[in-house]
Amino acid sequence: MDRVDAALHALSDRTRRDILKRVLAGEQSVTKLAAKYEMSFAAVQKHVAVLERSGLLIKRRSGREQLASGDMDAIRAVTSTLDQFEAIWRAHIDHIDELLADDPPPKET
Amino acid sequence: MPVLDIAKDVENHTLTITAEFRAPVKRVWAVYADPRQLERVWGPPGYPATFVDHDLTPGRRSTYYMTGPDGERYGGWWQITEVDEPRSFRFDEGYADANLSPKPDLPVSHNVYSFISVGDTTRATYLIAFDSAEDLQTVLDMGTEEGMRDAIGQIDQALA
Repeated sequence: MDRVDAALHALSDRTRRDILKRVLAGEQSVTKLAAKYEMSFAAVQKHVAVLERSGLLIKRRSGREQLASGDMDAIRAVTSTLDQFEAIWRAHIDHIDELLADDPPPKET
Repeated sequence: MPVLDIAKDVENHTLTITAEFRAPVKRVWAVYADPRQLERVWGPPGYPATFVDHDLTPGRRSTYYMTGPDGERYGGWWQITEVDEPRSFRFDEGYADANLSPKPDLPVSHNVYSFISVGDTTRATYLIAFDSAEDLQTVLDMGTEEGMRDAIGQIDQALA
């Protein structure tokens, strides 16, 4: 997956967009971040990992805490090279993929 | 990522997207045939779609609207022209206002969605043709305007 792909995938999810918004406002610990969502810590951590892999979010360790911040340069780079059309199609196809994964295919008759 | 390829041919004003899904052709077809499934996948991030009318039958007209983060509605329509279940269907697509009245001044695209079985997966090919390079450009420009406002807009807001 190239950088733009990874970033678009990362941005295709509402929770991840929300996490990114929060860490762009300032560095914060993953634990505190997770407390803001109704989902499990592990689920939030997974979203953080997707954002980290996409290069949009940077994580560092401080003692026992994991601190996350947004990488503004990476975000600017992606949004400026972002091809809008491609983004829409990738999102559409990702959504189909998620729908198919959600709902196992009926047995062929 | 299931997207295999996105080809833009500005000269011939067509776009071709190829994707592969881990599901049988019939299952992928159902995503497009069933308005309740289609609205879960149509519309860019942050713009959930609602299909008011949708029936994959030649001659039928589908109408839908997408709801933006600001609650604003963006309408669209499909005119189904050909259906070969579950292999392919053709339709024209255009824009509509919030009340689902077509906007005749905006470009109409001619679309062919086809699905073939490749092993356990479905290879989907989406062919989108415009009448002119100008129409294609208008739509691409509008994508900036409407389509990705959420993903980018939210970040811009955060940066501001």
